[in-house]
Amino acid sequence: MTVLRLAAGLCRRSLALAFALVLASGVAARADLHLDITKGKIAPLPIAIPDFAGAGPNEAQMGRDLTQVMSADLERSGLFQPLDQRAFIQKNTDTKTEPRFGDWRLINAQALVTGDVATQPDGRIHIEFRLWDVLAEQHLTGFGYTTTQQNWRRIAHIIADQIYQRITGETGYFDTRIVYISETGPQDRRIKRLAIMDQDGANHRFLTDGRSLVLTPRFSPTAQEITYLSYIRGTPRVYLFNIDTGQQEILGDFPGMTFAPRFSPDGNKVIMSLALNGKTSIYTMDLRTRQATRITDSPAIDTSPCYSPDGKQIVFNSDRGGTQQLYTMNADGTDIKRISFGNGRYGTPVWSPRGDLIAFTKFDASQFYIGVMQPDGSHERLLTQAFLVEGPTWAPNGRVLMFFKQTPTDSKGHGGVTRLYSIDLTGYNEREVVTPQDASDPAWSPLIP
Amino acid sequence: MRLKALSLLAAVALLAAACESAPEQGANANAGGQVTPPAATNPNAVQPGSQADLRATAGDRVFFAFDKSDITPESRQILQKQADWLKKYPNVTVTIEGHCDERGTREYNLALGERRATAVKNVLVALGIPANRISTISYGKERPAVVGSNEAAWAQNRRGVTTVN
Repeated sequence: MTVLRLAAGLCRRSLALAFALVLASGVAARADLHLDITKGKIAPLPIAIPDFAGAGPNEAQMGRDLTQVMSADLERSGLFQPLDQRAFIQKNTDTKTEPRFGDWRLINAQALVTGDVATQPDGRIHIEFRLWDVLAEQHLTGFGYTTTQQNWRRIAHIIADQIYQRITGETGYFDTRIVYISETGPQDRRIKRLAIMDQDGANHRFLTDGRSLVLTPRFSPTAQEITYLSYIRGTPRVYLFNIDTGQQEILGDFPGMTFAPRFSPDGNKVIMSLALNGKTSIYTMDLRTRQATRITDSPAIDTSPCYSPDGKQIVFNSDRGGTQQLYTMNADGTDIKRISFGNGRYGTPVWSPRGDLIAFTKFDASQFYIGVMQPDGSHERLLTQAFLVEGPTWAPNGRVLMFFKQTPTDSKGHGGVTRLYSIDLTGYNEREVVTPQDASDPAWSPLIP
Repeated sequence: MRLKALSLLAAVALLAAACESAPEQGANANAGGQVTPPAATNPNAVQPGSQADLRATAGDRVFFAFDKSDITPESRQILQKQADWLKKYPNVTVTIEGHCDERGTREYNLALGERRATAVKNVLVALGIPANRISTISYGKERPAVVGSNEAAWAQNRRGVTTVN
């Protein structure tokens, strides 16, 4: 699954030229095509993405498929408005000729993506793209990728990430996957299976067969492993799952229930809870030495631990003060500080990959909320509310959250529809993340290495 | 004497069976070493030492207030009956399931379910049942007894269930 990122000699020269032009022409041109995505609701940027050119029918088909996948990525972000291809005046575009900018200005495109697909003698494909500023008539960025045929979707996501990054100044999040719990059956006998898919829902597959209850999967920093809770041996315990080999392995030999696992940012540890004799404490397990270390020790419920991205701090929820609230502490368990002070109960804190915010679930007055606050507890902001919303997970760029939403169930068992949603950090652009069946407990992977 | 007790049990069992179908009988349902009633002649007979027997004799569950694991006086009476029953069948082992209603985060509810199961276990141990006969498991909000997003259902779902192994 390795992707070769090759800028050909010619390409590299034109890129260097393009960057030089951008620098020389100063701030004005750049400002035209820069979206500040921190400012709440913004008008999406009109972008034209004609089908990538291909010499033969196979390449042309792949060119069409590539542009569909990247258009869908950019549209879902809420920041881009891919224009209807039927409005395009210039019908044939590729990376070798400069576009007729006037044709694209006429249909109000502000950005234009051109590209082409070629098959190499060794059977691999080479995909090139260029991103253009239509108004300034400038080349903004462009790369070439050589990869195997079946890897084309990843290239589409990588190109969408490049476009997102060049326009917003933020790293993209399209070349990522989601692991989650697929749900079927009645509410009192729910069948739950570990499932994985690309961020856009493609390449969906089940990782477990549904015979045992599984909950709360989370990715390792390399996105190769998942840690989760399984009742497979009758007792709830934390497991590791290797995505490539399909191997499952119990993590440690604890006398009580282990649950609420998450990897440390360096991937060397899993932090989790151990419930024993009515009290729940936080432990870490070193994955190399298999040594367990107790981090908290109180008669309370201490759970849902999550490291800060630098690994120096941990946020968790605890009822040590009477009700479920958020606390931070040093990675060794010292300096425990309560950070949530609003009304209601707070749970499932997740530190942003940027380190600047903590997302959480809040329950207050019969409503659930997804919100964010700064790590010191200040600037609490609620993004969405419903009968039940729970379990936020961050896109790797810290700009988008995913969570699940469940509708109420009536006494006949109707309702209880459980689905994944994404929402911008601004609170706008809430959308369902489509899954084949009901879905809960999403975890967003880092960018695929 | 024994026959009399058995026929009484069978009568109770009929009542119980009228309310709900019998649960799956575990391998140890007869572990109490009691005489097995002739099941062929009465399919609704409750096996002594079985889950149905526990449910009919003592009640197999206690309920909790929202986000609480305190044992109420009513629960204590049920657990006293469970302890008496367990003393009658000294070879029976049980698992206490801790459950929560749907209004709570998944992970916190797993911890709360464990706390509830432990609270039940502690009472039974205090009433003289050896701790090694009782294990606990939490299902958090994963296995509601009653479906429905309403107060009545939630009250039924915040429970500790004593299950015969």
